[in-house]
Formats: sequence, structure tokens, C-alpha cells
Amino acid sequence: MKLITGIIKPFKLDDVKEALKDLGVHGLTVTEVQGFGRQRGHTEVYRGAEYTIDFVPKVRIDVLVDDADVDEITTRLVETARTGKIGDGKVWITPVDQVVRIRTGEMGSDAL
Amino acid sequence: MAVTVNTGDTAWVLVSAALVMFMTPGLALFYGGMVRSKNVLAMLMQNFFSLGLVSVLWAVVAFSLAFAGTGKWIGNFDFVGLKDVVHHAPPGLVLTIPPLLFMAYQMMFAVITPALITGAIADRMRFGAWVWFLGFWAVLVYAPVAHWVFAPSGWLFKRGALDFAGGTVVHINAGIAALAVVLVLGRRSGWPKSPMPPHSLPLTLVGTGILWFGWFGFNGGSALAGNAVAAQAFVNTHLAAAAALLGWLVVERVKDGHATTLGAASGAVAGLVAITPCAGFVGGLSAVWIGLIAGAVCAFAVSLKFRFGYDDSLDVIGVHLVGGIVGSLLLGLFADTAVNHAGRDGLFIGGGFGLLGEQALAVVATLVYSFVVTLVLCLVLNRVLPGGLRVSEDDEETGLDLALHSEVGYSLERA
Repeated sequence: MKLITGIIKPFKLDDVKEALKDLGVHGLTVTEVQGFGRQRGHTEVYRGAEYTIDFVPKVRIDVLVDDADVDEITTRLVETARTGKIGDGKVWITPVDQVVRIRTGEMGSDAL
Repeated sequence: MAVTVNTGDTAWVLVSAALVMFMTPGLALFYGGMVRSKNVLAMLMQNFFSLGLVSVLWAVVAFSLAFAGTGKWIGNFDFVGLKDVVHHAPPGLVLTIPPLLFMAYQMMFAVITPALITGAIADRMRFGAWVWFLGFWAVLVYAPVAHWVFAPSGWLFKRGALDFAGGTVVHINAGIAALAVVLVLGRRSGWPKSPMPPHSLPLTLVGTGILWFGWFGFNGGSALAGNAVAAQAFVNTHLAAAAALLGWLVVERVKDGHATTLGAASGAVAGLVAITPCAGFVGGLSAVWIGLIAGAVCAFAVSLKFRFGYDDSLDVIGVHLVGGIVGSLLLGLFADTAVNHAGRDGLFIGGGFGLLGEQALAVVATLVYSFVVTLVLCLVLNRVLPGGLRVSEDDEETGLDLALHSEVGYSLERA
């Protein structure tokens, strides 16, 4: 099993969610996050005083998948979240040792 | 002095007193939106607390110190505990409203004046210290200055200085006091390096709307009658706010590249401040000029704190002190006895430099007295209060809402 983590533009969340559902993903976790990469922050002005806001709001998606589905889901996620402009975000994949469904106690792929 | 009550005048001043009361919650929101979210309740609390403490102090002793007796410098104790206020107007005042209503109307001014200072001291004063400061300031600073300017026996009133609704008594008084407090209190930790942007400008804009609305009572009611002077003050109040909103936006659009909502709100308030001393004394389009000038000047004045390094957090000095001075001095140019025969003619109306000189004297007298007494008060309180004026570094970091009041303004994450 793998954990696919994506940092994406917030307005792309709906498209990505629908695309992953189409591929049979049963669940995912979404978090509002902030950070920066090549896309820098922005400047705000209050009564003439400029404030540089370094961190840009993003959405983080975490989805657990079977090894067999990793490539397809990753590709689809990347395609859907892409706008081609700086600030589209990143996706990374980490191995997962074990998954347990709390309600039933099912483990491994059965718990996905 | 016996009073013949006019019902129309009484009705308008009753409404005006309520309008002015509403300005303090409005001010609380105006400031509350501008602080960081961890300090919003502490800001609201300092303002609401003034409604509590200063109202009671006013009825018990401060009204008497401001309006009883015939002294030049301060009143006496004739009206302490509201004694005789039901039947007797303050000496020298010809009222057509019940004296008790005059007391109540003036009470609302006494409440909001120290509340104006909260904008400068945001995010770092202990609540206990604010309680003591507020009480002493209302009695030692507000009451005497109100006596000088508003009571017929006061020395500035007698000299012929004009202040229709409190340019000196309210705005210059609170503005210069704010400077004295922040000099003792020091800067917010991290200022000016760390960004401390407003957490909710919608709150600030709602507060601005309430202030603007309430100001019709503040200025219009200061005629103490439902008459032509009240109507003039009403119109002037609105026009000055409108013109100052435009003046501020033009300056910031040219200077910083954007017209902002905070600029619109600040401009409107600057105009309202500047027209306060002038409202019932100027006519024609004077209010538009006064507003435009005040809006533009204050838009520049808010950057003074960065040059001189004092942390006037929400620009009480840049808006209220500077706006109050602009209005009080411009009155020396625009005042017109054709509008109000109780006034005088200013320089532009052919009255010469006489009034302008008196206005300047009133400004300087208020600046000096309020600054010195407030500074001494703060130094003493900082010494004698256990804990001083300022919260601990930990509490400042945590946020005053939780540290001082055991509450938080926004708990959506726990819903």
C-alpha cells in the first residue's frame, strides 16, 4: 500500500475529488495548509503599511491506495490538478506498512 | 437656573444621547476588526468596560467636576451623586431640555472619549491596568478639559474658543493621551518588523457604519435643540465624512496604488473627527473642504509612527489627534455667524485672525494638559500597580483574549 499526498491549488479540489472517485477511490482526507515553493507569497497594504505574506494557501490531499493503483491514480491526480502556471503544487508517494479500519478491525487492502 | 422644557428639543436630544451611546460599541468593532484575532475580545472589552465604569463615575462625580460651579479651571461638587441635577441646569447654560438629559447626553461623550485611546494601546495592556487608568483619566483629564471648553465659566469657553461637539475635548484630548500611554507602554513585541494585519475588515466596516450613524447624534445633538443649527450640523457631518472618504482614497490610490476598504473607513472617520468642532458653526460647502483636507492629511499622518517609532497600533494619533487639530484650526477659517450667531466669524468670513488664535490656544492647552497628566498617571500606575501596565511576554504571545479573559473570539475549529 502507498500513501499519495498532493499539495494542490484550492480551487482544483473539486475536480480532483471527482476524478479520483471515478477511478474507484473510496475515501480521502483534505487539509487546508499554507506554504511556499517557487510561487512566492503576496503583498497586502493596510493604511499604507505593506505586509509581505510569504505563505500561500493550498489544499493537501491524502489518499491511501493499493500498490497496483498507484500509477494510474497519481497520473490522474497530476493531470487534473495542473493549470500549467507556477503554484500548481506537488505530489509525493510514501510506502505504508499497515492500515486498519477502526470499525471492523479489517487490515491491509481490505481496510482501504 | 430654572429650565423651560421644549418637547421637540428634548425628543431630539434623547435620541441623540442614544445615538452617541451606540458609537462606543461601533468603535469597539472598528478597532476589533483591525487587531489580530487572538486579541479581538480584549479590544471589545476595553471599550464596553468604559460604558460600565465611566457611566457610573460620571453620574457619581465627574459630571459635577465638569459642569457644576463657576470656576475657571474645574467644576465643584454641587452635582455630586446627581444632586439637584433634576431641577438645575449647569450655571450659565440656557437649556430647553431637562438638565438630567444634558447630564446623560454628556455622559455618552465621557464614555467614548477614553475608549478612543484603546486603539493605540491594542494587544498589550493588562485589563486591570486599563480599569485603573480609565477611572482616573475620566476624572483627572476628561472632566477638567470638558469644563474648560463646554462649561460657560471655563477659561477657554470664556475666551471665545469654539468647539461645537468636542474637537478639543474628545479627539485632541484622547489622541494626545494615546501618545502618552504608548510612550510608557512600549511597542507590541515584534512591531514594526512582524506583520500584524487586521483580522477582519468586515467588522471594521460595520463599526465604521455605526460610528457614522451615531455621529449624527454626536454633532447634531450638540445643538441641544431640534433647530436649524442641528440641521446644519447634521448636513455638515455627513458631507465631511463623505469628502474625507474621497480625500483619503485619492491619496492612497496615488501613493500606494490601491483604493482600500480600510482607507475608505479611515477616511470617513477622519472627516467625522475634523467636522466635530465645526459642525454647527460652518455653512455652505465648508464641510466638504474640511473633510477633503482632513482625509488627505490623515492619510499621510498615519505613517508618522513609522518615522518616529511609537507604536500607535490602530492610528489614534494619525486619525483622532491630527484630524481633531485640523478641524479645530480650520474652524478659525470657516466659522460663520450667519450659520450660528452664537459662533464667531473666521478668517475667510472676514473675522480676522482673532478666532484662529483662540482655536490655536485651545489646541495647545489641551495638548499640554492632557499629555502631561496622562503621562504622569501612566508612570505612577506602572510603578504602583502590581504587574504594571503591560501584560507578560507570554500573555502577549498567547493573545489577550485567552490570557486575560479566558475566552476566545472564534472557536469554529472546535464546533
